[in-house]
Amino acid sequence: MTERRLLVVGASLAGLRAVEAARKSGFGGPITLIGAEPHLPYDRPPLSKEFLDGAELSSFRSEEVLRDELGTELVLGTAATALDTAARTVRAGDREYGYDALVIATGATARTLPGTGGLDGVHTLRSRDDAIAVRRALDAGARTVVVGAGFIGSEVASAARKRGLEVTIVEVLPTPLVRAVGETMGRACAALHLRNGTDLRCGVGVAALEGDGRVERVRLTDGTVLPADLVVAGIGAVPATSWLVGAGLRLDDGIVCDETLFTGVPGVYAAGDVARWHNPAFGRHMRLEHWTSAAEQGAVAARNAIDPANAKPYSTVPYFWSDWYDSRIQFVGVPATEEVRVVGGDPGGDRFVALYRQGDRLAGALTLNGQAQIMKYRGLIMRSASWAEGLEFAERRRAALETA
Amino acid sequence: MRIIVDRDRCTGLGICESLASEYFEVDDDGELILLREDASEEDLEALRAAIDGCPTEALRLES
Repeated sequence: MTERRLLVVGASLAGLRAVEAARKSGFGGPITLIGAEPHLPYDRPPLSKEFLDGAELSSFRSEEVLRDELGTELVLGTAATALDTAARTVRAGDREYGYDALVIATGATARTLPGTGGLDGVHTLRSRDDAIAVRRALDAGARTVVVGAGFIGSEVASAARKRGLEVTIVEVLPTPLVRAVGETMGRACAALHLRNGTDLRCGVGVAALEGDGRVERVRLTDGTVLPADLVVAGIGAVPATSWLVGAGLRLDDGIVCDETLFTGVPGVYAAGDVARWHNPAFGRHMRLEHWTSAAEQGAVAARNAIDPANAKPYSTVPYFWSDWYDSRIQFVGVPATEEVRVVGGDPGGDRFVALYRQGDRLAGALTLNGQAQIMKYRGLIMRSASWAEGLEFAERRRAALETA
Repeated sequence: MRIIVDRDRCTGLGICESLASEYFEVDDDGELILLREDASEEDLEALRAAIDGCPTEALRLES
């Protein structure tokens, strides 16, 4: 048993948690952690949040902790390029790394704007290096254009406005965040931009980025020209699976896994943004790009990979948060579209709670500045609460607030 | 075992509340309230999940 080797590909949150969980569960064999970026594992949510406001960057664990306490061989700055499931090896750089148990946690790659290569001042925001470049531009007072009114783009716009910079968000869809929170609530979130002086333009695309060596203007499909020193594209991410094509894993918007994060190929498990697994809590496959699921899946995948006979399912009620201006948006569950009902506050104001129904079940909850409420709904959804129970709970909260 | 909250790190995200609601609750201002600080044996698993689940690494257990 101690002779077995654990290989973890992907050195971000899920990969780190895989290593830590393996050691916590008593795994004594060799562990190798391969990461494409040269940095030690670091936390990504702060990159588009407090880091842009001036906070320091840090790593999750020091090199000494990883190497000595966790007994992990670190192979950083080296992207994995091939998996051979018959030989049980992963190629990275000019070496092959053997495994008995493999956790793939290569994450997702930010989509880039087509045809914009070569211009300085154009960025995505996924890695530490991206964030440093964006912050440097904001420090220099850049006129900022954000492409895509999703969470990352909205956080960048918030950071620019906090500094008093001019910022425009260009969103090709008529309403932002429809896929994440639905149409009505997407509109309610977007209203935050308008209240905070961000110029949000929906239903218009980017025709061209123009400039001599570095970006100077963004030309929109309606003919508008926006002067810009910094362009940040927040147009989503695609699972980093290109290195796995032909390896024999099932790829379909991520690595398809069962409820234990098993890929179906002996010894191979997946975790984090790259994994599309069967979530028993909702009875269907999902791929999440959330902190919480990446952390938890990393741990579960490692434990299952080293002890497949006792593999446990990973079931979760998805959770994400986003910080815009001085507001916090939080979402739990899934944004079912059958019915969305505002049960507290005012969707045009600074605080609200909205619930999402699927059949007779409470499926999701969204809050704006509703920190005291959101996790109570997560609890209800974890217990498979009915829609009626969700509404009753909301009613009790409202009554309690009125008498308080 | 005692639960320690690092107030400099906590931002009231509340994942702990959804995993161990007898111990943690976030108030309307987004502040985390520690409902009880002594960890009982039967809750250790849930508390460890809450500690591991904290995105700001603001929680720990101390004997």
